[in-house]
Amino acid sequence: MIPPIGSSTTGATGWQPQPVALARAKSNERARKIFLGFTALPVVLILLVTLGLLIRSWPILSTYPLQDLLFGEVWKPSKMLFGLLPFITGTVWITAVGVLISVPPCLLVAIYLSEYAHDSTRSFIRPILDLLAAIPSVVFGVWGLVTIVPFVESTVMPFAKAAFPYIPFLKVDQPTGFSVLSGGLVLAVMIAPLLISVVYEVLLTVPNDLRRASLAIGATQWETIRRVLIPQVLPGIIAAVVLGASRALGETIAVLMVVGNVPQIPTSIFDAAYPLPALIANNYGEMMSIPLYDSALLGAALILLIIILIFNVLSVIVLQRVKQRKWE
Amino acid sequence: MIKNFWKRKHIVELFVKLVMMFSIALVGGSLLLILATVVARGLPALTWEMVSQTPKGGFYMGKGGGVLNAILGSLYLAGGGTALALALSLPMALVLKTYLGDSKAGSLVRLSLDVLWGIPTIVYGAFGFAVMILLGMRSSLLAGILILSLVELPIMTRAMDEVIRRMPKGLEHAALALGSTKLEVATKVVVPQMLPGIITAILLAFGRGIGDAASVLFTAGYTDRLPSSLMSPTASLPLAVFFQLSTPYPAVRERGYASALILTIVVLVVSFGSRALSAKLSKYTVK
Amino acid sequence: MESHIQVKDLKVSYGKQEVLKNVNLEIPRNRITVIMGPSGCGKTTLLMTMNRFLELNEGVTIAGQVLVDGHNIYSPDVDVTEVRKRVGLLAQRPTPLPMSIFDNVSYGMYIHQMRKETIEYKQAVRHYLELAGLWDEVGKRLHDPATALSIGQQQRLCLARGLAVEPEIILGDEPTSALDPVSSAHIEHKLLELKEKYTTVVVTHTLRQAKRLADHVVFMYLGEVVEQGPAAEVFGNPREERTKQYLQGLF
Repeated sequence: MIPPIGSSTTGATGWQPQPVALARAKSNERARKIFLGFTALPVVLILLVTLGLLIRSWPILSTYPLQDLLFGEVWKPSKMLFGLLPFITGTVWITAVGVLISVPPCLLVAIYLSEYAHDSTRSFIRPILDLLAAIPSVVFGVWGLVTIVPFVESTVMPFAKAAFPYIPFLKVDQPTGFSVLSGGLVLAVMIAPLLISVVYEVLLTVPNDLRRASLAIGATQWETIRRVLIPQVLPGIIAAVVLGASRALGETIAVLMVVGNVPQIPTSIFDAAYPLPALIANNYGEMMSIPLYDSALLGAALILLIIILIFNVLSVIVLQRVKQRKWE
Repeated sequence: MIKNFWKRKHIVELFVKLVMMFSIALVGGSLLLILATVVARGLPALTWEMVSQTPKGGFYMGKGGGVLNAILGSLYLAGGGTALALALSLPMALVLKTYLGDSKAGSLVRLSLDVLWGIPTIVYGAFGFAVMILLGMRSSLLAGILILSLVELPIMTRAMDEVIRRMPKGLEHAALALGSTKLEVATKVVVPQMLPGIITAILLAFGRGIGDAASVLFTAGYTDRLPSSLMSPTASLPLAVFFQLSTPYPAVRERGYASALILTIVVLVVSFGSRALSAKLSKYTVK
Repeated sequence: MESHIQVKDLKVSYGKQEVLKNVNLEIPRNRITVIMGPSGCGKTTLLMTMNRFLELNEGVTIAGQVLVDGHNIYSPDVDVTEVRKRVGLLAQRPTPLPMSIFDNVSYGMYIHQMRKETIEYKQAVRHYLELAGLWDEVGKRLHDPATALSIGQQQRLCLARGLAVEPEIILGDEPTSALDPVSSAHIEHKLLELKEKYTTVVVTHTLRQAKRLADHVVFMYLGEVVEQGPAAEVFGNPREERTKQYLQGLF
């Protein structure tokens, strides 16, 4: 650890610490101890939240086998059926669609910002991303409700019906636009600022010498990006995508407002779905009279938390390494 | 050496650039579309009554009143949450920089902050409510503030940490060389130098706090009355939007859009305000 | 003596600061031209105009002409990638690409589609590694990552990589400044060997290296060319007072 540096040269008489200096050193030492305690807080909080959810969901976890909860297809709390599969698959579908829509344009925007854009362009695009990141979830929900859902209903679904009637995951089985696709579209926009800024930062870690080495041989910029940069930062890009996915997994209000919330296992992007966060938001805090109901909902929260913790820890570790240029 | 534009690589380069431009237009266009939607839908119903009154009887069936309860509630919730988060995160960010630096322990703390940031707010909300049941607490302003401070803590701390880490190295060494202790360096040199960044971090967290619905859904509850004490339930803007849009009455839904517009305006003002403020404050900092 | 590169009325500024003031130069074919001068005189800037690298920095304005074989490389109809293929660069620090030794050498050939069959690539990689004097050391481990090589070997790898796209001109931007004396000597030796086939322009700040390499010398000071001419003349009997002072080590 770091020794106190209070013993300074304030006294002209020599190197003996003066009383004032000693007091300062002491307060420095005391501060160090208190403050170091502070930094344990985040770790403690993560453990606390996980443990809390585990304890509260223990009643249901100890009553039903785990596979009945994870792979049970029926959710009827009044009949003591707590199958979470519809909600888990719903979450996965919506997240996957959102990430698939979001990643290609976001990668390109990040690459443009780091490789092509001038400073002036960058300072123009930066505020757009900041604003997009600042917009509250519920406003995204409003937008989804009045723009995306009708758009999917009136334009995308008739088109898919006519153009791809035999592709299973594009099958149109329900009349409204409240669907996996609507949720995915809203999520795609919501995670865009995060994806773009993380990929941009990852690209910044590549030393300029590498770009120049490739350009000096007469490679075009795109050849340089494709053959030198992207292979170099691929772990970082994957981590960014995983991070974006984990953000999408937990998104609640905006998604809840546009996916229809029908507890079924979706088989098409035009099916309604009911993701885990929406399940918790819609039901928790009410109907506590059914035994094990709240325990089941907290179990759902625990599952969500564990998936997201794993995603987050992995991607954050990779990104920390990438930023310290430790990937070689 | 004459350029042949029809060479494959030049066509590819041009194509890629076009697709990039298109992607930027897509992202920027989404932002514009969102703002335009909220303004177009919200403006017609946005009256003085909306921002100056609490809901009257029959409000949720289309009768008179406004969402002042939610506006004030949100300000209290986010304000309290931000203050509490600040009290924890400023020392934490300073410790991270001053005592831990880039050590293993520092990486671990940063990792856990990033992970904490990634935990969905609905999980915080559910966790908070579970604890409240355990303690026999009812949903209240205080509970909402506590949960929001949890939501804001990692955002604020990481933002501050980044700012502090970007501080010019020489400045700190100069202060240490003058005989300052680490604590003095932190409070007298690091904080003033970093003030603009710190304010940006605070406002960033405030913006996140005021816009979040999932965390206050169970913890702060909802009421038509103005928040009166820390222990009473409190309305919030995101939930006002959400609840009003869940009703079948068109007039109420209109007011839901107006509430969304109010929320958007608050968030944009905070966002632009932090930009302007930090630009003004950074006049005297060493670059 | 025929000149390969001509620089005409070249002016370069970063923002408002003028770093090259009206530079005029003739660089002879198949000789080593050394650009020397105290640091900050603009010699690297001048070198970087010759493969159109300078424009990669933001806020640079370039006016005037750089002619290669009589063709202005700054003319708008010119293909930059072709310029850079014809004008190779050996950078200050070796910059192996994050791929294998083999791929580093074949990268340029692949980009420019200079070969068709795998066997041709293999032969070409061997040829250029031999030319750069590296084959004996790496011939048996071509698929190791290039970063595993020593710094000196990396620089020779970069030389091979540059030669593989068959340039006419080699630019060296203080190419030995990051190397140990033995590796430096190796690179210098290679450059002397290669000058029969390539026009070489080297920037250096060490006078002794300039004397060892130069057939032709350009002396720059504060963004201007003070003196240029055959090495024997400039070193033996400089015309300008400032050149004399520099040669005596007064800067």
